[in-house]
Amino acid sequence: MSAATLEWLRDVISWILLLGGGFFLIVGATGLIRLRDFYARLHAAGVTDTGGAILILSGLAVQGGFSLATVKLGIILAFFLLTSPTATHALANAAFSAGARPMLDEDRTRSERPEPGA
Amino acid sequence: MMFAAAAIAVLVTMGVALVRLFAGPTMYDQVMAANAFGTKTVLLIALLGFIDGRLDFLDIALAYALINFVGTIAVLKFFAYRSLGDRRTEPAAETEPRP
Repeated sequence: MSAATLEWLRDVISWILLLGGGFFLIVGATGLIRLRDFYARLHAAGVTDTGGAILILSGLAVQGGFSLATVKLGIILAFFLLTSPTATHALANAAFSAGARPMLDEDRTRSERPEPGA
Repeated sequence: MMFAAAAIAVLVTMGVALVRLFAGPTMYDQVMAANAFGTKTVLLIALLGFIDGRLDFLDIALAYALINFVGTIAVLKFFAYRSLGDRRTEPAAETEPRP
């Protein structure tokens, strides 16, 4: 493999990773703005934090090659993987302790429930 | 070019987090939106570092990731206990003078 092919391959892989991260970010943002329950929105924010962050940081790491930048990106990624679920859990725990409950199916009136088979 | 596309996606997510921050019916929505804004800021700083070619921005991104996490936990702790852990020897109910 020549150096140009490796360069092209590196660009393709990081394009795919960065676009995938952007996709997860947009999907999570849509959920953050459209979902009607706090716990569902919390999950959407978690999607952006994990899926989006992992793919974007991996895409940047591929672009950085074997250098100190990739090590730093790996440290940032490890920190995100440790603290982002912790923050999500702390938020859910705090909201639950304060009395917020998830919106269950029986809370919706009969007209709001989706028809079976729809 | 690819960094610009990812940066636009991150900026859109940050805008949506701001909308949720101002529109959130409960304060936990607001804390969640602020936390999401902070983590997207970390991604944006890392992307800007690669766009400009200044890889020192990764240090800033790492520092801000730490700050954001500690800030979120501190705000949640304050909401729960109405104090940040100082003056532990005094119980919170002793505010009126004893008769």
